[in-house]
Amino acid sequence: MPSAENPGMPEVACKVFVPRDTTARSMGADDVAAAIAVEAARRGESVTVVRNGSRGLYWLEPMIEVASGGVRHAYGPVQGSDVPSLFDAGFLAAGEHGLGLGPTEEIPYLARQSRLTFARVGITDPLLLEDYRALGGYEGLAKAIRLSREEIVDIVTESGLRGRGGAAFPTGIKWRTVLNAEGSQKYVTCNADEGDSGTFADRMVMESDPFVVIEGMTIAGLAVGATMGYIYLRAEYPLAIRIMNEAIEIAEAAGLLGDDVMDSGQAFHLEVREAAGAYICGEETSMLESLEGKRGMIRYRPPLPAIKGLFGAPTIVNNVITLASVPIILAEGAEYYRDYGTGRSRGTLTVQLAGNIKRGGLVEIGFGRPLRELLEDFGGGTATGRPIRAVQAGGPLGAYIHPSQFDAPLDYEAFAEFGGMIGHGGLVVFDDTVDMGEQARFAMEFCAIESCGKCTPCRIGAVRGVEVIDRILSGVDESDNLLLLRDLCDTMVAGSLCALGGMAPFPVISVLDHFSEDLRARKIQ
Amino acid sequence: MSTQDSGNGTDASDALVREIAARHVARPGGLLPALHAVQDELGYVPPEAVPTLAEVFNFSRAEVHGVISFYHLFRTTPPGRKTLYLCRAEACQAMGARALEEHTRARLGIGFHETTADKRFSLEPIYCLGNCACSPAIMIDDFVYGCVTPNRLDALLEEG
Ligand SMILES: Cc1cc2nc3c(=O)[nH]c(=O)nc-3n(C[C@H](O)[C@H](O)[C@H](O)COP(=O)(O)O)c2cc1C
Ligand code: SF4
Ligand code: FES
Repeated sequence: MPSAENPGMPEVACKVFVPRDTTARSMGADDVAAAIAVEAARRGESVTVVRNGSRGLYWLEPMIEVASGGVRHAYGPVQGSDVPSLFDAGFLAAGEHGLGLGPTEEIPYLARQSRLTFARVGITDPLLLEDYRALGGYEGLAKAIRLSREEIVDIVTESGLRGRGGAAFPTGIKWRTVLNAEGSQKYVTCNADEGDSGTFADRMVMESDPFVVIEGMTIAGLAVGATMGYIYLRAEYPLAIRIMNEAIEIAEAAGLLGDDVMDSGQAFHLEVREAAGAYICGEETSMLESLEGKRGMIRYRPPLPAIKGLFGAPTIVNNVITLASVPIILAEGAEYYRDYGTGRSRGTLTVQLAGNIKRGGLVEIGFGRPLRELLEDFGGGTATGRPIRAVQAGGPLGAYIHPSQFDAPLDYEAFAEFGGMIGHGGLVVFDDTVDMGEQARFAMEFCAIESCGKCTPCRIGAVRGVEVIDRILSGVDESDNLLLLRDLCDTMVAGSLCALGGMAPFPVISVLDHFSEDLRARKIQ
Repeated sequence: MSTQDSGNGTDASDALVREIAARHVARPGGLLPALHAVQDELGYVPPEAVPTLAEVFNFSRAEVHGVISFYHLFRTTPPGRKTLYLCRAEACQAMGARALEEHTRARLGIGFHETTADKRFSLEPIYCLGNCACSPAIMIDDFVYGCVTPNRLDALLEEG
């Protein structure tokens, strides 16, 4: 191929960014990276392929980028077979091509976000510590080291940060409890079990910006006087496990973890513990049992984990995103963070658009925007082009939201008002071909599979729930069984020890309330 | 390795389990990482490993067994050459995971927790791979594939 038509071809090695994130790879990023290397060699072009994280514009993956004139330009979705034509088009100098998306930061989906926690995600090779620092990393920890424990906790409290794992508990209050608890040994644990379907924010940040998790946990350790941290990481995320482990080694070698963190005279050690595929182990007391090497049975409360947690010691349990939001709060100040958001939901929410959606991906945005804006303006409606029939928010224990509720603002309290839940921020979209009876059945089935077995309403109730729904769908005593199903849901909600049994009925109740036409005997064809 | 027969194999794996257990016993909460290490090495946690782990960790056999059986991802029988994990969770359901599941069962001629007669594939359900924006998703060993159609699945099975 003649390359004379490519003006401004750079002399030095050109960088091409090809994400190494799980979703990008699941769509063929490794093939693209290999094809670029082969094609560059064939043409005698000097190209360095950088495996960056993902920007989270997942419908465009594999989305590759080049830096031209100091500006990143994107192309996507790219397949290996597109690579020769990209070279022909002079993509190394941001040449025009049918897959061209223009300057990355100007893509509306990205430009309209407020990336605070995800500020660095997708920009560089996630394991290059010097890049992390060049982009503002470790400024939060440097600041924390100069503060007293109380001052760190005060800043986190004033930021208004609430737990992003589901329960939305104020993080500062939790930290203060651990700070004030008696104990010679305290722990910081990071809940990276991310079990909710439709969520991947934890995975993304661990794969694409692992040092921010390490930095956030280290700040938490300094704040409460804990010298040991554990990341309880989902076994379903093998790449995140590998990247987090490598990042920990790099941070140790750089003196950012270990006996003397950043010459502060304080110790903080960190270890990844691999989970083993039990949804209930995302619940914090179950997670602590699992970290202790046991069955993940729910613990009775009190005592709170903050007072008596891991191995009986005062323990912080926080979600990945909660902890990853701490460095920027320290670096930029509490006010900077709380200026985003609305009411009692401060800062940003990392929304994950998933399922049957045209533009699936990660949207970090201040709280308070209407659900519809996420589904339509960002998401572009369904992938199939059919009308949206239902959206499940907040994971498998979250209600199915009916289109009549799409004007609700994304705000913890506003969602709670209509029985919805923001949870970890996942939105799973279904088009009008969905069978809501099947979805109700699955909610009970999932609870039956994942129940820890400690209490009867959940253990037995969920199995009964599946049976009752099966009877309804097959036309056996339909109206009696519908009443029975309501009763069963009430019993589970009222009588379960933890939120698995206590909330698994919510999606079922939402189907009874808003999609009852699907909880009927099936017509025999 | 050419002299390995079943007797030696058991001895060898017992020695391996003992060595793994010894490496993890001093770690707080070390049983779970030890079980992972055994499964990484052997592909599963054989029933013979239970007494050894119990002895080294100073637990009862029932306790060790209780831990293994609690977690969905520990297996107690040898897997096929590859393991196909099929996501059954909601975001994948929204994009055809139920049909993909039917297709896979028919194509492999097995159900969940089973292995094909030629030992090429084991089939396991999984509840979310964090690939929910490109669903439906599957994982083969530790590589995730997104937007998997029945045709794509067939092609992947051919490669395997
Ligand atoms: C059944 C169940 C599963 C849960 N799964 C997770 C999870 O995967 N990740 C998570 O961070 N929190 C999960 N939670 C919430 C945790 O119990 C806990 O509230 C959270 O980890 C605290 O951290 P945060 O305050 O930073 O949100 C789950 C709760 C329940 C009841
Ligand atoms: S509600 Fe279910 S998961 Fe929770 S403690 Fe009871 S049996 Fe265990
Ligand atoms: S629901 Fe299947 S990957 Fe998340």
